[in-house]
Amino acid sequence: MQSLKERYGSVTVALSGELDHCNAPKVRRQLDDLLEDGDVLHLCLDLKDLTFMDSSGIGVLLGRLRLLQQRGGSLSVRNMSEPVAKLFYLTGLQRVIGIDNQQTGGAE
Amino acid sequence: MQNQIEVNFSACPQNESFARVVIAAFAVQLNPTLPEMADIKTAVSEAVTNAIVHGYQNKGGMVTLKAEYCDRRMLTVTIEDRGCGIEDVETAMQPFYSTGDGAERSGMGFCVMQTFMDAVDVKSQPGEGTTVIMRKYITGEVGLHRERMLDEIS
Repeated sequence: MQSLKERYGSVTVALSGELDHCNAPKVRRQLDDLLEDGDVLHLCLDLKDLTFMDSSGIGVLLGRLRLLQQRGGSLSVRNMSEPVAKLFYLTGLQRVIGIDNQQTGGAE
Repeated sequence: MQNQIEVNFSACPQNESFARVVIAAFAVQLNPTLPEMADIKTAVSEAVTNAIVHGYQNKGGMVTLKAEYCDRRMLTVTIEDRGCGIEDVETAMQPFYSTGDGAERSGMGFCVMQTFMDAVDVKSQPGEGTTVIMRKYITGEVGLHRERMLDEIS
């Protein structure tokens, strides 16, 4: 997990590998450590290198969204793969989590 | 052509990715498209996670993954546990239903299985375990295209 503080209160975190029930506790812990900094209001998760996610990952996203909303913040994602996007829309997350279409790390 | 596998593994979280690798290695024989393969892996991951978390309540046990196809198009995957079972299957399969143990569950496991596969059948008996049978029709468009190309070449 790599994080980049872009501007005051806004942080982008790149997730990689697989986000399932097995890996969810580690990712949750790392994100919560980051969010312990009360100044973080807006968290963007870059999913470009996330190779797999199931509904356990959805639970992680919803939990972080709740934490951010409690402090008036927001959560967004970018660079979803097709399978992750299918899960994202199935669970209706697009209604509460922003989708940032900015491409990162590519040649474009 | 008929083919089938049966794999038993411990109900521990580390074996969720193992189950995905196993089903992917078997399903690839049907030449699925990439989205079809992703659907199958996700559905199996949900069923295995349910067995570990709900069936055995994270206390361990054995999970059985069976997969078979009787023709080139229909894949059947079965995930079995001998855990606590489900009192009310219909309620458990409702979207966003969760046992509410505070572990940030999305309650979407069965909904994902039903959406990503063509048919899902759940048999469960309290105290005896749960069997999830999932079927998916494999269009294998890429594979068909390749076969057509091979026909044209020969």
